Amino acid sequence: MKHTWTAALALTVAATLLTACGGTGGGSNEKVTLTYANWSEDQTPAMEQIAAEFEKQNPNVTVRIQTLPWTEYWSTLQVGVAGGTAPDAFWMLADHFREYAKGGALVDLSDTVKSAGIDMSVYPKAVSDSYTYEGKIFALPKDFDTNGIWYNKALFDAAGVPYPDDTWGWKDAQEAAKKLTDPDKGVWGIAAPIDPQGGYYNTILQAGGTILNADGTAADFAGPQAVAGLKFWTDLQAAGSSPTLKQLSDTEAVAMFESQKVAMYFSGAYWALRFSKNPDLKGKVDVAPLPQGVKRATVTSGIGNAGYAGSEHPEELKKFLAFLGGAEAAEIQAATGTVLPAYKGTQEPWLKSMPEFDLQVFIDAIDYSVPLPVAGDTAEWQGLAAQYLAPAWEGAKPVETAAKEYQDAVNQVLAKQ
Amino acid sequence: MTNVTAKPARRPAGRRAGGTQPSGWWAVAFVAPATAGLIALYVWPFLSTLVKSFQDVPAFGPATFVGAGNYANLLGDAEVWKAFGNSALYTVIVLLGIPLAVALAALIEQAGRGRTIYRVLFFLPVVTLPVAIGMVWRFIYNGDFGLLNYVLSWFGVDGQYWVADPRFTIYAFGVVGIWMGLGINLIILGAGLQAIPKAVYEASALDGAGRIRQFFRITVPLLSPSIFFVTILTVIAALQMFDLIFIMLRSVNNTALADSKTIVYLFYEKAFVQFEQGYGAAIAIVLLIVIMIATALQFRLQKSWVFYG
Repeated sequence: MKHTWTAALALTVAATLLTACGGTGGGSNEKVTLTYANWSEDQTPAMEQIAAEFEKQNPNVTVRIQTLPWTEYWSTLQVGVAGGTAPDAFWMLADHFREYAKGGALVDLSDTVKSAGIDMSVYPKAVSDSYTYEGKIFALPKDFDTNGIWYNKALFDAAGVPYPDDTWGWKDAQEAAKKLTDPDKGVWGIAAPIDPQGGYYNTILQAGGTILNADGTAADFAGPQAVAGLKFWTDLQAAGSSPTLKQLSDTEAVAMFESQKVAMYFSGAYWALRFSKNPDLKGKVDVAPLPQGVKRATVTSGIGNAGYAGSEHPEELKKFLAFLGGAEAAEIQAATGTVLPAYKGTQEPWLKSMPEFDLQVFIDAIDYSVPLPVAGDTAEWQGLAAQYLAPAWEGAKPVETAAKEYQDAVNQVLAKQ
Repeated sequence: MTNVTAKPARRPAGRRAGGTQPSGWWAVAFVAPATAGLIALYVWPFLSTLVKSFQDVPAFGPATFVGAGNYANLLGDAEVWKAFGNSALYTVIVLLGIPLAVALAALIEQAGRGRTIYRVLFFLPVVTLPVAIGMVWRFIYNGDFGLLNYVLSWFGVDGQYWVADPRFTIYAFGVVGIWMGLGINLIILGAGLQAIPKAVYEASALDGAGRIRQFFRITVPLLSPSIFFVTILTVIAALQMFDLIFIMLRSVNNTALADSKTIVYLFYEKAFVQFEQGYGAAIAIVLLIVIMIATALQFRLQKSWVFYG
């Protein structure tokens, strides 16, 4: 308890110092400092470049980039908002967004969008919709991601298995995973963790499931399509084609993939930069579309740039957020290969920044993408998944039973609102 | 705190001759910053936690009074009981480190000039960042590539997934807890040892007592006030264990997390992940009461074993 309090206080004090540097008042020529928080070391250089560009155009504004570790990001932000010391601008995610919008913690950007003439259709609809609450826009999409199969060509070559391509169905993926698995070498065909975004959400949708009902009041994890989607993963576990859950707990799936212990990893576009920078993987990695089940599907989501409603410089903040949502900021992200920007037409430089990967896969996937399911306190019910689904993954419980129990738990959370 | 600031006014002027002014003013001035800090950092957060524990506090926005509702829910919440169980088990394991610390402290005392080196070595974990400790032990405990299982394999023992298998996680954390607490305990016990008069040992040696007998008949009884102090500190720290869970399980999506939450981790999860600050506050208050009872109990029990000379 003490640790949390002291950490919270230290952060509060630090945040106060930061914002205090900016001075007060809203005069447009006064020196103003805005803080802009994110959770990614990898992306910080691009964020700094964007901030520098904004400062050049607005000489009276200084932007300070604040990078927090992912594990502390949300609690820090929450404490900051509650204590009135949150950063001015910060990254937002769809599964946390609703709590913040509902609580009045975010700046309403609806008027800014109108006055700055921002065309919302330049963003993937699935992403921009996830940052709209009761008809108001609270964040502009920064980037987006869809999922694909990251695969290790060297391991495929060694096992004599042809690379995945857009003709693959579930069976092909599962058979390839089996063939690629070589216990003697400590190599598995695929990583099958309990991963919603890169994993079972996609397969549930591919099986024709919906995850949530239309108005977000009930979950569907136990229906026949949902169970089929979950079984895709539990079958891989049962066949021994993946490291066990315990192994994946000790060493995360992405780390397994990077250390070339697993040949396939279903995940998002956001790993591209990291894989590209890893010298061990040079020339060995590529990406293919997810296999299809009954149909093609992938969830999509994206980071949004949001502002703190209690900011001392609302005008400058809105201007900055509009800039972050604009083409220039998108182009910087693309050219540096940082992420797949949300702004339509700016993705080309991103594709070219890492020609070794078939990144077009992620852009093509927009056509069959579905927004990440969010309802109620999404972070809470999503956090229960590991606990309820682990027995199914470990073969200790039938998938149907575990899925039903998880569904009941999710519905209980959804009923709370 | 208030009586500290109030009393000096009634005390006669300071020792210095010729001091005409009462020292009360100065005392208040000097104590004020510390008092203000204490109120801002401890008293106020404590009171606001207490208030919140009777409220339903959403992430943002106004709180509503719910009376004892949080506490009633808490009693019926299996997760809370489980977390208390985990914390209790962890505490018991970490307490096993105290006999170890006593024995080590006595041995280090014998080491003569090398003492300082040993003290520094054992103290290092105390000044190491918990994050670094968590990372290192995660590597040691790794089921496939870990150091521990590698060493066990020399003896033909099959290793386990120490932190990924919920059957073992709390025990694995207990070992880390012992190791982390050893440094502080050794310092306190070492100071206690030096306060034991050498003459007692010499006299007992003349009477024919061996080293082992001296340890149990002289060292342990005369050291018992320090042992008692260390026990109190250890129990409080162990019941508050949080960082190891956070670093070794949560930050890496370890599936053993669901079964291995400690009470403070559960508090964190409720208050800062699930936006249920009122419920989290109630957990914190219950933990405070549990710690108070545990400490009071120890003070009661000490009468039967602590020897104050």
